[in-house]
Amino acid sequence: MNLLATFRIAVRALRRNTLRTLLTMLGIIIGVGAVIAMVSIGNGAKAQMESRVASLGQNVIQVFSGSVSRGGFRGGFGSSGTLTREDYESLRREISGVNGASPEVRNFSQLAYGNQNLNSQVMGVGADYMEIRSWPLASGANFTENDVRNANKVALIGKTTADTLFGDSDPVGQVLRIKSAPFAIVGLLSAKGTSMMGSDQDDVVLVPYTSAMRRLSGDTTFRSIMVQAADKDTIPQVQQQIIDLLRQRHRIVDGREDDFMVRTQQEISDFATDSAKIMTYLLAAVASVSLIVGGIGIMNIMLVSVTERTREIGLRMAVGARGRDILMQFLIEAVTLSLVGGLIGILLGWGGAQLVSRNLGWSTLVSLESIMTAFVFSAAIGVFFGFYPARKAAQLDPIDALRYE
Amino acid sequence: MDSVRAEAFFALVHPVVKLENFAKTYHTGEVDVHAVNGVSLEIQPGEFVAIMGASGSGKSTMMNSIGCLDRPSGGRYMLDGVDIGGLSRDELADLRNQKIGFVFQGFNLLSRTSAVENIELPLLYARNKLRGRELRERALEVLALVGLGDRGGHHPNQLSGGQQQRVAIARALINEPKLLLADEPTGNLDTQTSIEIMGIFQDLNRRGMTIIMVTHELDIARYCLRMVVMRDGRIVRDEPVTDRLDAVTERAKLQQEHQAVQLTS
Repeated sequence: MNLLATFRIAVRALRRNTLRTLLTMLGIIIGVGAVIAMVSIGNGAKAQMESRVASLGQNVIQVFSGSVSRGGFRGGFGSSGTLTREDYESLRREISGVNGASPEVRNFSQLAYGNQNLNSQVMGVGADYMEIRSWPLASGANFTENDVRNANKVALIGKTTADTLFGDSDPVGQVLRIKSAPFAIVGLLSAKGTSMMGSDQDDVVLVPYTSAMRRLSGDTTFRSIMVQAADKDTIPQVQQQIIDLLRQRHRIVDGREDDFMVRTQQEISDFATDSAKIMTYLLAAVASVSLIVGGIGIMNIMLVSVTERTREIGLRMAVGARGRDILMQFLIEAVTLSLVGGLIGILLGWGGAQLVSRNLGWSTLVSLESIMTAFVFSAAIGVFFGFYPARKAAQLDPIDALRYE
Repeated sequence: MDSVRAEAFFALVHPVVKLENFAKTYHTGEVDVHAVNGVSLEIQPGEFVAIMGASGSGKSTMMNSIGCLDRPSGGRYMLDGVDIGGLSRDELADLRNQKIGFVFQGFNLLSRTSAVENIELPLLYARNKLRGRELRERALEVLALVGLGDRGGHHPNQLSGGQQQRVAIARALINEPKLLLADEPTGNLDTQTSIEIMGIFQDLNRRGMTIIMVTHELDIARYCLRMVVMRDGRIVRDEPVTDRLDAVTERAKLQQEHQAVQLTS
């Protein structure tokens, strides 16, 4: 008996009871739909994460100020300032294969211009910072090494901050008050978008780190230092050099922990995508539970169908159907159920993902891979849960089946 | 005639059905039920046999075994020269498909499936496959044979009982079987339709079809050529039908009676 004829019989049997067929499919529809929607939301989050990591800059290595155990208490990384200006300067001097380096000090300060004022993040950075982060200026000019050395009161302003304080007028050349100290705005940064953590990177004012430490925060240490390796292949060497240099400078004896942390961009992105991946798996696991429930629904209805059609099975056997023919007939019926349900589920899941990205603004990504997986998976569910009822049908005794009332 | 020739001759005209000391025992709980108990029977090509008996006489059991739906538990059954005893489930299914046509009391047609498609059903399971068009042509051919040439597209619920049974007969004929088995084929039909169905059987038999029919009605058995009566799992009588009825004359008689009734009332 050929496959096409069997498939036609299956479709006819399913159409005989449309409502029941639809209700049976519902489990698979919901399961596959949920898997597709969840995975595409997860994939979207991952892709977004990756693009944000890329927005950090190219070949970037970050050195974070470390945790120091003091009297048995251990703070987290960045909890205490262990990176000094001298550390930074020796990094710049002694490490080879580096394009540039810049420290980062951050604090929130009150900004004022005219009658507008705003609490925003002020970051103290070096002159290399914009290049490291591949963050070009929209207008004006970068501050110089000289500005850094002299702790000049110059500032670069982020897009969001500029829009808030200056509206449509050009901020370059204006004087901005940061904690009542006047800073001359020398440049306007181009828009950078959201950071990995979800904050607006354009809501910022950049000043020379010397100015920030001396005039604004009073800090004497850095939160972190960014180093840009000359190319991708030298990143591990540069990372090792930094570690060796800082351990030596901080006089950390062998066997003691670092009081700083060096992270390459790759590590940061791995961490970010890993957490996105874990979320995707979790969501998919929850959704597959409903797939299994859907499969059980199919098994249930197939068992009912076999019982209802016992006489038909007997007749088919009497006119020459082998056990295998009957098995195939019911198996294909179950697979058709699950596959059609799967297809509807894929469409619904895709639509759901679109709806989420349109209404909630989350980015979603329906991959061909997840569609193929859902398709194969629903076929497998049909085979798995359809097999028992089909085998039951195939093993019926023709005489009993013919006599069944 | 030398013995080799004689053997060759008998091989050519071997019986369609040959039961040798055939027995069927069912194990229900602790008691063994001997449904058929040592029956020997030969049915030659072209015979038209009625198997009669009360319920529990073993006629249905014997019929199921003759139809290869079941294997004997004792003795031997040769169908068209093939010993059934050693065959597997699948081999029995193939044998049913190729050599036997079934007609049931309850017609057993697939509902919501057209007459033609019902007739084609055995061909779906045939080992030597016919292509789509040949298949349909063959189905229409046998449909014409049972006098329903114009009803191929009808569904069973649009057909009368007699017409449904004709479709079932057409389905039984489509694989050109060696043997037609009918289990109470007129059990659900009125007298006139019963005569019509028996007419079809007589017609087929005249063209050479071997037919075995189970019935408990003597009136119906009288359309056959040979009558086998069973009781308690054994054959108690096996004789040719002497006062044979002919479906055409019976039908004419019945119509005259109807007219007479109408005239008098």
